[in-house]
Amino acid sequence: MRNATLRKVPTEQPAMMDSIVEVRGISKSYGNVEALRSIDLDFPRGKLTSLLGPSGCGKTTLLKIIAGLIEPDGGKVSVNGREVSKPGPERAFVFQDFALLPWATVLRNVAFGLELRGRPVAEREKVARHYIAEVGLSGFEDKYPHELSGGMRQRVGLARALSVDADVLLLDEPFSAVDEQNRRKFQEDLIRLRTNQNKTFIFVTHSIEEAVYISDRIVLLSPRPGRVSQIIEPEIDRSVDPDRIHRDKHYLDTVEEIWQGLKQYVD
Amino acid sequence: MASVRTEGEALGLATIGRGEARSWENNPTLLRLVSVILFAGIWQIAGMIPVSFAFPTFFETVTALVSMIADGSLPKAYLSTLQPLLLGVILSAFLGVGIGTLCGLWRPGEWLMIPIFIVLQAAPVAAFIPMVTFIYGIGMTAKTLAVMILALPVIVLNTYKAVRNVNVSLIAMCKSFLGTRWQIVSKIILPDASPVIFAGLRLGVAAGFVGVVLAELLITPTGIGDLITYHRSRANYAEMYATIASIIALSTLTLVALQWVESRVFRPEKRGA
Repeated sequence: MRNATLRKVPTEQPAMMDSIVEVRGISKSYGNVEALRSIDLDFPRGKLTSLLGPSGCGKTTLLKIIAGLIEPDGGKVSVNGREVSKPGPERAFVFQDFALLPWATVLRNVAFGLELRGRPVAEREKVARHYIAEVGLSGFEDKYPHELSGGMRQRVGLARALSVDADVLLLDEPFSAVDEQNRRKFQEDLIRLRTNQNKTFIFVTHSIEEAVYISDRIVLLSPRPGRVSQIIEPEIDRSVDPDRIHRDKHYLDTVEEIWQGLKQYVD
Repeated sequence: MASVRTEGEALGLATIGRGEARSWENNPTLLRLVSVILFAGIWQIAGMIPVSFAFPTFFETVTALVSMIADGSLPKAYLSTLQPLLLGVILSAFLGVGIGTLCGLWRPGEWLMIPIFIVLQAAPVAAFIPMVTFIYGIGMTAKTLAVMILALPVIVLNTYKAVRNVNVSLIAMCKSFLGTRWQIVSKIILPDASPVIFAGLRLGVAAGFVGVVLAELLITPTGIGDLITYHRSRANYAEMYATIASIIALSTLTLVALQWVESRVFRPEKRGA
């Protein structure tokens, strides 16, 4: 029953691997709810890793701990070999609710990360325009967020994260507030962007299809308390036509296998 | 007189006569003009009936207004009223937004100061005005203080609430992109809170007008308050109404100007929306 293209990686410790983010023994509780219990994980450089699991498995908490936005109760996170506890320039975050400044134009929103770092206006706007084009929003520079659709707003969020030139992009369910058609388009664009940008992506999602479609590596988390239950590397050729991936046998088998594994946790 | 008024009351003049003009809806200037003419016409008719012997017609009032500007009595009164009003309103705006922001960001500040302003806002503040006279006499200080005790509480409380309820997701965003504490306040909290802060400022400025007129009616017979009292005692009702109308118009214009500043400077996305 094991699929030839589906490589399961032992959850303990992978062999020689260039990992950019290392998570060691992270645990976190909210009151007496244990959100995460001693998580050990490595995120390979230049790959897209998804954190997948049902709600309540602590995947967003884990991502925010990596981002330095939530303080863990125990354990540590290292990025590029250095221990981190606060947000840093090597990580950039894409928010589930977009977190755009409603009073600022697309241009200023995208340039906001650089604005906070005190870069001169001309420079940061040049960088911002480049990434606005990169995410397909050219011509919308002077629009305000409320004039854009959900999908376009999240493209602004993605462009903002890209423009600070971080090594690691942390995406917290970026498509959950985006409608289905836009999500499909956005996922295709993300695959294309990933090959161009040579960055590491850590992606939180609750959609099995989405995880299998875009990830090099999927970390399955089980809920209450959140633990790593399985790591899967779907080997899907993404250079082909995106629409063919959705009908690909390996793709469908992987989705099915993950679903069988997660089923027990769904109430 | 209560110190708290709704925004609708303060700007109430502008809404008269809106229902009649369905077919002209896409011509706002014309609509506003019609509204003003309608208002003046009803006033004129009511004055001609007459509703009361002490109720002048619209044209009598306008004539009185022109003659009071011409003989210099109105400008002179405004010169005296505007000084404490401006001083009080500006001080209240800066102090109020400052104290409100501090209380919103800093717990001890909240515990120390917010109860005082809640009590002040609930209290019939006009009753304090004789007390202010008792301590500060009848000069400029007393008038400025009267403006401030009316304007300050609503500005502080609105600012405090706005800062408290700021969008936490935007703060997390600012932190994740390495914003400093000061940048979080100046680039996220204040702009995000500005609509509610400005609502407080509008109410505060309106309350400041109440304060200065009250002070001039109750303690220091100078300025606009004095002009109203004087013309009432001489039964110059047209002049009295002209004075009252002029201060209402000034208050309304100030509020409109404040709204313009808000949409211009702080929330450009609301312009033309």
